[in-house]
Amino acid sequence: MSMALIETVNITQKYGRQEIIKNINLKVDQGQVLALIGPTGAGKTTLLRLLDLLEAPASGSIFFDGTEVTSGKRLRLQARRRMSFVLQKPVVFNMSVADNIACGLKWRKEKEATVSQRVNSALELVGMTEYSSRNARTLSGGETQLVAIARALAIAPEVLFLDEPTANLDPVSAARIEEVLAHIIGGQKTTVVMATHDMSQGQRLAGRIGVIINGELLQTGSPSDIFSTPRDTRVAELVGVGNILSGVIASRDNELVGIDVGGGLIQAISEHGIGAEVHALIRPEDVTLALHKDTSSARNTFEGIITRISPVGALVRVELDCGFPLLTVVTRQSARDLNLEADNRVYATFKATAVHVIKRWN
Amino acid sequence: MTEIWQGLVTAVKLIISLDPEVMQIAGRSLAISASSSAIAALLCLPLGAVIHFNRFPGKRTLINITQTLFSLPTVAVGLFVFVIFSSAGPLGGFGILFSPTVMIVGQVVLITPLMLGLIISALSATDKAITDTAVSLGASGFQMSMVTFREARFGVLAGLIMGFGRAISEVGLSLMVGGNIRGFTRTITTAISLETSKGDLELALALGIILIFIALVINIGLNRIQQR
Repeated sequence: MSMALIETVNITQKYGRQEIIKNINLKVDQGQVLALIGPTGAGKTTLLRLLDLLEAPASGSIFFDGTEVTSGKRLRLQARRRMSFVLQKPVVFNMSVADNIACGLKWRKEKEATVSQRVNSALELVGMTEYSSRNARTLSGGETQLVAIARALAIAPEVLFLDEPTANLDPVSAARIEEVLAHIIGGQKTTVVMATHDMSQGQRLAGRIGVIINGELLQTGSPSDIFSTPRDTRVAELVGVGNILSGVIASRDNELVGIDVGGGLIQAISEHGIGAEVHALIRPEDVTLALHKDTSSARNTFEGIITRISPVGALVRVELDCGFPLLTVVTRQSARDLNLEADNRVYATFKATAVHVIKRWN
Repeated sequence: MTEIWQGLVTAVKLIISLDPEVMQIAGRSLAISASSSAIAALLCLPLGAVIHFNRFPGKRTLINITQTLFSLPTVAVGLFVFVIFSSAGPLGGFGILFSPTVMIVGQVVLITPLMLGLIISALSATDKAITDTAVSLGASGFQMSMVTFREARFGVLAGLIMGFGRAISEVGLSLMVGGNIRGFTRTITTAISLETSKGDLELALALGIILIFIALVINIGLNRIQQR
């Protein structure tokens, strides 16, 4: 059995009587970029703190590079010196930018020449060379984040932990940070574990996604796995599956099933038998609208009445009543072309393969 | 009124002419209080770090007791030190009662709770994220406490200065264990108290002005530090 770089076995964490992390088993391989996604307060930060050995779990074990590091001060310090962590709200020490970045290296007793060379290349990496001698406390939020990233990278960590790297920043700074991170992830063999509540950021930066809700690691997999085949309705909601319809499988023809969602029969691909209680998950962007009945190969076409229209950024969110509620998004241009307005009658179409069917548990 | 005015004028003359007795008393005061502050600082800096950075049962109570002892009465400390170092006391064998040494010991006892408490509050006031960041960057326990001290330096320094201020301005303790011996244990405060009761206002006023001047310097220093 090949050992993962980081592995947790049944770790839990409690603050007082509150269970923040519940029995998490996670493996992170060398060189992997893992994004932990989940709502605020799900336990992402606590999990990162446990992995970075900033705190010890209430129960369970943590392994780093084949060694158990659940406890033991020296052992944990040695392991921790091979990782670094950029906190959600990064703080800088009250000293110059260069001295901030040098801290981790000095604590590792690196030679002075190595220190200055590494500090310079870290500054260059984040494009902050001219800020070198500025007091770090005088920097803006975005600049502080860049210094914190440079400081974490200067020690050439084997694992980099990032907690919501762009959460508290304006869009321009956030984009710059993401660009820097994409560059780092692309160019180095560093293993990265990042927490984010921004699904699309996880999708852009990570090769693997772990979904944490309420202290539980519900699903891990490739971004496309998570986004197209969420394991349950909690994950589905989190990753933006706008349509979660409860129904019963009413018919079957080979792989093709008809799901009675009370008000309509949805065609889908599923292995569940007739009578199975299921959820039909449909992403809003997989539903197209037309003014006339579609004659394409798509299996599902429903006539509906628009109940609500609301703009979301560059898109328009359209809610329909097709006998069952159906949510879809269209571009502003199509909304204009189709003359979409509340109470108008439209046809909604989606493929049978766009419906992800999961078993209902209650 | 003219008497007081006369006294003030003479006092200023004593200071300007660097009167040997005035200078000697002021110098001894500064030396004793600086020594006691230095010793207390050497005790309190590591002790404060140990208390702040460790979790142990009774920590909160210990800090509460320390804070209560901020206003420890000087005469109570004087009595305590007197009893211990008197010839019949447990440390009477040292024979240091009525010497500058025992005054330093007493002042250390007096100002240690104040310095310790203020150092702990200064360390507590630093952002928790600072210690997390240091630890995450691979700092050992000692390296982490050093960087926290660095962040808390102004608060810590203010604590040390407050301790010195309390040491140099106290009178009860110095009088009781020092004995106000001329040329040996006579300090600014004990001299003022003695000269005033003797009616010799010139010397008392001159020393009073010096003490106020020292207090002023301390306060200006403190203000500077706190405005950073």
